[in-house]
Amino acid sequence: MLILSRKINEKIKIGEDITLSIIEIKADQVKIGIDAPKEVKVFRQEVFNAIQNENLAAATSTESIESLSDLFAKKEF
Amino acid sequence: MSEQSEIFEKKLLIEKGLLGFETITNYSLIQADLEPFMWLKAEGEKNLAFLVVDPFILFSDYEIDVDDNSLSEIDIKNPSDVVVLTILTVSKTGEEPTANLQGPVIVNKNNNKAIQVVLSDPRWMTKHSITNQLETRGA
Repeated sequence: MLILSRKINEKIKIGEDITLSIIEIKADQVKIGIDAPKEVKVFRQEVFNAIQNENLAAATSTESIESLSDLFAKKEF
Repeated sequence: MSEQSEIFEKKLLIEKGLLGFETITNYSLIQADLEPFMWLKAEGEKNLAFLVVDPFILFSDYEIDVDDNSLSEIDIKNPSDVVVLTILTVSKTGEEPTANLQGPVIVNKNNNKAIQVVLSDPRWMTKHSITNQLETRGA
């Protein structure tokens, strides 16, 4: 892992196509500009964690497959 | 619904798995006993299934912008190859069912390859109520 310091308005280049700019530093928050090609996926880490957690919550035992109507009926639709 | 019925009872290959289920790649998509819902059932995993639905049926304002890399991983050549599935969470604790609009499963209906993508549009979250949508449809 590369660790380095940057000041406001300084940039980091990653490979040919990706540039990170430090736009603002305020208290414990850093605003970063990300310039990357469209095909590069850029996400906050929490988004991945949220979707992973939601998949785990959505995973269902196949026992309930036969009883979807019952399942929804219980929810008072 | 015509597009949806074309992929009913199909085997799906999710090469990268779903987030949190990366090692499980083979699924079958089967019609649930209640329309318009379907089950995404893991092959060879007796106790793993996900309730899924075509999100455009329930959420008329839903739209997604999927990155080109993800589309090329399942060999999408043009938009008519695409079927979108949203995973629903039905908790056992009596909370209302929710739709994960932020992490849809994109299916290439021509080769039955699929991939779960992560959307960066802040409008779509992991939990959207489907109760209101079903009432609107009169279901």
